[in-house]
Amino acid sequence: MNTASPSNQSPTVADTFLKGIWKENPVFVMVLGMCPTLAVTNSATNAFTMGIATTFVLVGSSTLISLLRKFIPKQVRIATYIVIIATFVTMVDYAIQAVSLQLYLALGAFIQLIVVNCIILGRAEAFASKNSVFQSILDALGMGIGFTVALLCLGTVRELLGTGSLMGMRVFGDAFEPWGLMVLPPGGFFVLAGWLLLFSWWKRRSTTEAATAGVAMQRTGSHEI
Amino acid sequence: MSAQLEAMELRSSPHLPEKAGVETIMFNVVLALIPIVCFGIFLFGVSVIALVATTTICCVLAEYLVCRCANRASTIPDFSVVITGILLALTLPPGFPLWMAAVGSLVAVFVGKAMFGGLGYNVFNPALVGRAFLQAAFPSAITTWTPAMSADRFTAFIPSTLTLPFTRVQPMDEWLRTASIDGFSGATALALQKFDGISTNAGQLAMGFTAGSSGETSAVLILICGGYLAFRRMMDWRVPASMLLAAFLTSAVFYMIDSTQYPTPVFTLLAGGLMLGAVFMASDMVASPVTPLGVWIYGGLMGFLTVIIRLKGGLPEGVMYAILLGNAVSPIIDNLTQPRIYGAKSRRDTP
Repeated sequence: MNTASPSNQSPTVADTFLKGIWKENPVFVMVLGMCPTLAVTNSATNAFTMGIATTFVLVGSSTLISLLRKFIPKQVRIATYIVIIATFVTMVDYAIQAVSLQLYLALGAFIQLIVVNCIILGRAEAFASKNSVFQSILDALGMGIGFTVALLCLGTVRELLGTGSLMGMRVFGDAFEPWGLMVLPPGGFFVLAGWLLLFSWWKRRSTTEAATAGVAMQRTGSHEI
Repeated sequence: MSAQLEAMELRSSPHLPEKAGVETIMFNVVLALIPIVCFGIFLFGVSVIALVATTTICCVLAEYLVCRCANRASTIPDFSVVITGILLALTLPPGFPLWMAAVGSLVAVFVGKAMFGGLGYNVFNPALVGRAFLQAAFPSAITTWTPAMSADRFTAFIPSTLTLPFTRVQPMDEWLRTASIDGFSGATALALQKFDGISTNAGQLAMGFTAGSSGETSAVLILICGGYLAFRRMMDWRVPASMLLAAFLTSAVFYMIDSTQYPTPVFTLLAGGLMLGAVFMASDMVASPVTPLGVWIYGGLMGFLTVIIRLKGGLPEGVMYAILLGNAVSPIIDNLTQPRIYGAKSRRDTP
């Protein structure tokens, strides 16, 4: 094989950004942050707000941790990360409360709980503490957008089926029979399972296609020899 | 010599004279369900034909899709999915909108059966998973009952049956007024008893000329059909026996405490879906325990839970949830009731 596999090369800027959205999507691939994913996706608005709030905390904490990565002693790094993350979560918490009290009440404790979201601590530990500021911001943005997109995927399906509306606007008209179950907690599990099924099916199909393509390439190569 | 060897058929144990495979048993269950379906059609009319046809066709289609996607040999010919379809229809109200029934069928096969690995692996009874989904998703449609023996039942559908897909059921007070024979209030015997304190005659309940789900009304017919299966040893008679016994005893205790508030034990046995559930759903071979003692515990638990949910819960009927809970604990029951291995000193010991 004369072409080197992509994993041997250092990741490009685009790779760092895009992997959070698609290849290493925090919800559909890494299956992290399940608590907000299941709890606050009963409407598209809630899902979007949660995604944006998490993205802000991710970018902020990753930047600061990356800046301070040479000063933080290894023994107390987790505590330091948590303090940094909690600072940004408090900012988001007050910001949402100021912008829309209704939204703040709908999201409840889940805004404060961003502090224990394993995506954020995971990115801090796995990426921001080892990479430059620019790289860390890109990574955090990618992961945040991936998380937001995933929450929106769940939120739109649940809101459409559960209430017949999207972002609070009626879509299907008055005759639509709402599937009450979909906005209740079991609906979150059903819809998440559906999306995970779709993604793993897609992933398996693409890997088998790649494998068969590779085998075909090897065969033609041996014929040439 | 070689000719002799060819004629001799070598087989490993168990050496059973009867060729009762999955297909035979499942086909007989379908046979046993046919009289119940016919009685439902007789009571509620053409809507039940449409309902049974919809759920069965949707379940078979879903199974076909699952087998196709999983690259497996088709499992439709073993009749198990047909049973799921028929049972689901029998537990639904006769005027249930067909599109909702189709949704329930898909959930039953995809979530209740295929997701666990198909027949033999399903933890819960697939038909009841479908019904539980419908109960949670469309709570008003699934508790809308229509009268039995209405005059034009063989010539016209119940209006709610033909509700357009994804739309709400239109109110049908007008239809109910013309269809009901003697001031039918739209409630089942269980709801009448629970919310209004009106008891229904036991004889009427046993024969099944009451409102209710399409196939649950006639206790006698269900017992006869179940008896056929038990007689042919295609169903474990202990499951319905223990479930009905436990329901009877629990209900008797409540009745003795306060006979004005709680129904008689006979009423508990005959009303609602207890008979259908005990005979055809709780006895699901895959979801019930295998040890004889375990089966008694399993049935007893479900009977007890049914009565508790009926009398103490918010819903008038509790059979579905009782059976699903029983299914959930059946692996634990199996584990706790393992018999002592021959030659071992204690149950935990191995020889």
